[in-house]
Amino acid sequence: MNNSITNQKALHDKTIAEILAGLNAGEFTSVEITQHFLDRIKQLDGTYNSYITVNEASALAQAEAADKRRAEGDVPALCGVPIAHKDIFCTNGVRTSCGSKMLDNFVPPYDATVVENFANAGAVVLGKTNMDQFAMGSSNETSFYGPVKNPWDTNTVPGGSSGGSAAAVAAHLTPGATATDTGGSIRQPAALCGITGLKPTYGRVSRWGMIAFASSLDQGGPMARTAEDCALMLNVMASFDPKDSTSIDREVPNYTANLNQPLAGLKVGIPREYFKEGLNPGTEQAVRDALTELEKQGATLISISLPHTKLAVPAYYVIAPAEASANLSRFDGVRYGHRCDDPKDLRDMYMRTRAEGFGDEVKRRILVGAYCLSAGYYDAYYRKAQQVRRLIKQDFVDAFEQVDVIMGPTSPSPAFEFGAKGDDPVAMYLEDIYTIATNLAGLPGMSVPCGLVDDKPVGLQIIGNYFDESRMLNVAHQFQQATHWHQQTPVGIASEAKDTEGAE
Amino acid sequence: MTIERADIEKLAELARIELNEATIAETTQSIADVLALVDQLQAADTEGVEPMAHPTDAVQRLRADEVTETNHREEFQAIAPATEAGLYLVPKVID
Repeated sequence: MNNSITNQKALHDKTIAEILAGLNAGEFTSVEITQHFLDRIKQLDGTYNSYITVNEASALAQAEAADKRRAEGDVPALCGVPIAHKDIFCTNGVRTSCGSKMLDNFVPPYDATVVENFANAGAVVLGKTNMDQFAMGSSNETSFYGPVKNPWDTNTVPGGSSGGSAAAVAAHLTPGATATDTGGSIRQPAALCGITGLKPTYGRVSRWGMIAFASSLDQGGPMARTAEDCALMLNVMASFDPKDSTSIDREVPNYTANLNQPLAGLKVGIPREYFKEGLNPGTEQAVRDALTELEKQGATLISISLPHTKLAVPAYYVIAPAEASANLSRFDGVRYGHRCDDPKDLRDMYMRTRAEGFGDEVKRRILVGAYCLSAGYYDAYYRKAQQVRRLIKQDFVDAFEQVDVIMGPTSPSPAFEFGAKGDDPVAMYLEDIYTIATNLAGLPGMSVPCGLVDDKPVGLQIIGNYFDESRMLNVAHQFQQATHWHQQTPVGIASEAKDTEGAE
Repeated sequence: MTIERADIEKLAELARIELNEATIAETTQSIADVLALVDQLQAADTEGVEPMAHPTDAVQRLRADEVTETNHREEFQAIAPATEAGLYLVPKVID
């Protein structure tokens, strides 16, 4: 066998940084790598179900345009790099289902700002990834298009709601994907699929054209195999957007600029509340080993307390359903999306359209939200939850007086089997016990692979102060320079180059 | 706080979602479980705490009162379930 060939990484094993280097050096074209991913999706995604829609024709046209731009010397940040969008981001002329029957036939006449940002950066969109219906779920089991399989073990869930994006990255069916996080929907699937994911500060990434679940919590962010790739994606994804009334008018830094800063002197807060009962011992060990590695690099670990941690899940399950019940009232069968057959009057049309278009979990959350907002209960539930939300935020504000970043597990245990949480919504909700508080506070959070338990990946969560994504990416990158967890791939996914290295 | 079938029926009416007769009992139970979870909030001391509506306490931006959007009626109506003469069609509301 010829070493010069076998030692080369297959195109699908390359990171975004490596793809950019390869495109710049003329080793391959965007059309070649795009075609390679499209072929690979066709060949493998029957197993994982990570894509809802694959854009073969438009991806190749975008790749061709990117190659042309490059040849003319016009090379924007992600020129010719293939990516995928979570099917929650509206794409002009491409069906945007939000994982639901309600929007199974919805073809938006416009692009989300995030989609526009990637298009302006020259990225090529391979397709739209699978997700829990309306982003409500932690296992991808609520998708109208069937569950996504975790590439590490196809009997287990990929996490959710961005499970399609996470699985597609883990199975090397795209080098990077967009995702959204309302209570952990980027970080938990990133942890369960062994990839890197970042939920930015609330307001950093535009929500315009991103189908709303809980508007005061929703935030888009990148998923990729390395922190460096997440930085490259966030450079493009983050922007001030006048069309999103909650977008923050603040300069977007170059997120790759600080990646190589040494960690000496970094103060890492370790919340005692994140290492209590309910945490899988293997997960705990992997996280503690990661913290030891950071200590080796000169970081100082400081035990801290986030005293209102226990109240985060209860507060979230008032606020998120309340906002969802308001947001999802727009799906009424009048202007777009599903409409029931032969409605006998307007009321019948609303009632049956929504009964047919929404799945059980979506309906449950709408009803819980309607309850929390209904006359007589508003003060006891919604107002109370918003007060608790401030207490939770204050815990973090106090902690960041003495530490630079906060770390702990991303999720309580590795990927679980399909059906394991059965019909018990509360058991599923506790999956996000370590991630929800950062959404309530509006803080940025990240998950980075830090170990394997029973051959399943574990995520280290890095929580940063407001708009401190640059530092979090620096910490994650330095961790990845010293460890190999982010390079671990599920059996059968990695290129064979490594196995045959040195043979013959 | 107990929740009963009649409460769920009222909520479903408010939310305009037809309930499935076969699963009402199950729905009622699962919503009761979620409400039991959120009832943990009642133990929190929130005396004098200002409710938090926005993570960074930002307020809505205002813009100049100028026309910035162009008309997209044709594109929007092209994806509607039923339209006629530029109008959205729904079942008859008034006899």
